[in-house]
Amino acid sequence: MSAATAPVDSGRVALAGLLGSSARRNAWILGLLGFLALLLVFTKLIQPNYGVPGIQGLAISVLPLALAAVAQAIVVISGGIDLSIGSMMALISVVSATLMAGQSEQFDVAVVVGVLVLGLLLGAVNGGLAVVTRVPDIVVTLAMSFVWAGCALLVADSPGGGAAQWLKDLVTGSIGNEWIPKPAVVLVAVVALIWIPVRRSRLGLSIYGVGSDRLAAFRSGVSVGRTRILAYALMGLFAALAGLSLTASTGIGTPVPGPYTLMSVAAIVLGGVSLAGGRGGVFGPIVAVMILQIIRTDMTFLDVDTNLATVLQGLILIGVVMIGSIVQIRRARG
Amino acid sequence: MRGVAGTSGARSPWLGTAAWRGLFSDRPMIPLLALLAVLVVASEIVRPGIVGPEWIGIMLRAAVPLAILAGCQTLTMLTGGIDLSVGAVASMAGFVVASLAAGSGVPTGIVIALVAAALAGLVSGIGVGVFRVHPLIMTLGMSLVVLGLVNFWQLQTITTSTGIPGEFRTVGSSTLAKILPYSLVVFVPLAAIILVGLRRTGYGRLLYAIGDNPVAARLSGARSWQILIVLYVVSALLAAAAGFLISGLTNTASVSLADSYVLPSVAAAVIGGTSIMGGRGGFAGTIVGALILTVLSSLLTSLGYPEAVRQILFGSIIVAVAAAYTRVTTES
Repeated sequence: MSAATAPVDSGRVALAGLLGSSARRNAWILGLLGFLALLLVFTKLIQPNYGVPGIQGLAISVLPLALAAVAQAIVVISGGIDLSIGSMMALISVVSATLMAGQSEQFDVAVVVGVLVLGLLLGAVNGGLAVVTRVPDIVVTLAMSFVWAGCALLVADSPGGGAAQWLKDLVTGSIGNEWIPKPAVVLVAVVALIWIPVRRSRLGLSIYGVGSDRLAAFRSGVSVGRTRILAYALMGLFAALAGLSLTASTGIGTPVPGPYTLMSVAAIVLGGVSLAGGRGGVFGPIVAVMILQIIRTDMTFLDVDTNLATVLQGLILIGVVMIGSIVQIRRARG
Repeated sequence: MRGVAGTSGARSPWLGTAAWRGLFSDRPMIPLLALLAVLVVASEIVRPGIVGPEWIGIMLRAAVPLAILAGCQTLTMLTGGIDLSVGAVASMAGFVVASLAAGSGVPTGIVIALVAAALAGLVSGIGVGVFRVHPLIMTLGMSLVVLGLVNFWQLQTITTSTGIPGEFRTVGSSTLAKILPYSLVVFVPLAAIILVGLRRTGYGRLLYAIGDNPVAARLSGARSWQILIVLYVVSALLAAAAGFLISGLTNTASVSLADSYVLPSVAAAVIGGTSIMGGRGGFAGTIVGALILTVLSSLLTSLGYPEAVRQILFGSIIVAVAAAYTRVTTES
């Protein structure tokens, strides 16, 4: 009997591992997906000709923040937080745009690889500082946000540069079916190629372990400092991808950080990642980013004042998190 | 023999690093004031003759709003929280008064701004205290709400004048005999209330208690939700006061006026020795932290570096100071 159920179980475990490893978290993600579906239906109702262009616009506008949210999710799961993601994205964006301007396609490939490595290094610097100085992560990364923003201004003090055509093509249009926008494919591919292997490796387990209980992880033989630095380096890699996606979608590099840092924190919390660390995944935050973006689009369709749209975004953020925390309190009592 | 050992034992504390560390961890104000002194001396070296009564007046004037906003961070950080809505609330307060000054008068404007700030604080406090939303998220969401509403308000009142009332300009930017800024009239009572409140009142002790050990505080009968609601209302009111001063200081009313103060206010509180984990710190250190940041940024400006280099140095120095401070004050 156990032999018969084992494959089913392992299949289920794998699925659960993909979506998050507990039923409660899956419930949260399913709820988010339901909300997303409702929003899409609602969008179709208020804007009957919402279709392929809408979905493509959604995918391209979601990409930078989704990658930033994945970056933030990784570091928050490891028990830290990074308030310099926006500045890092700006730095990567100007560095790549400045280097790529007017260069050959082959050189641009080298540039992309180079800035991804740069992202890893920037993240590792943040993590290394937090580990070595023992200053709380939030303080270190807050201060580093000034440093990276300053570096971005050093590279270029005004928006400019260029992007390789193949890089721009990578995030525009669709692939195969017109309902599958390329940016979405890029997002899925990047997460599947980088995060999922890490998640299933020792490192992934260590990241969750360190995030949920640093002392317990240390006593189980996990190298806490190294794990945290690697988590930050991974964050830097995703922040670099987010910065590259900014360059690719706009065709230029902008040295001024966008609102990505705080929005990424908001997105991961909506996406079911606990700010206390150790719980959540990267799928929920991506869905949360899509929800936030569709709400913004719907506001435009409904001709709601953009400022009231900001208010509503804040209220939805607060409201959803409140619901989540009530559910949690209820569970803790029951 | 014993006497010799005694003397060497008595002497070594003044030579060993451990003893310095002990001294600093007992009196964390000493290294902070030393750093401030170093920065003042450096300012004098970079531009000889600059440090004088007038310079002190300018520095104090610039540091006061930052110190008040850092006070919001200090209070919330003591409970293990943080208030990221101070920028939006401060800008809102300055903007509301400026837009109402011509029509309804300054006092009405101030009352309306304070009521609006208190409401924002009340909502944040309920979210954090009752619904146990993480303060980072709660105040972040609140700042989006406040920002959106002020923008909306701005569009509604676009026709009315939005001049800064003269009273604000006087209080925010004038100095008495070129030394003492009038903003101290606002700051000194507020600072006294915070300092005495934290040290001498039961409410102040409760803030430390729920930050240090929430479970112990609850078991000893502290109603943390009431404490937190009051705390976030107080924090929003302080932010509004800072907003009045900033609008007077810069003579502008804009919906993003105080945004650039948010991150430095957190940095000032941290440099001043308040732990972001809660339970440790105080407002005196925060005031010195705000002064340090103000003198530092003026020093970097007078060195003539471009904006980019200034930002890099500013960030690096905050990390360095926070690291040194952590090293000096934490017992291993």
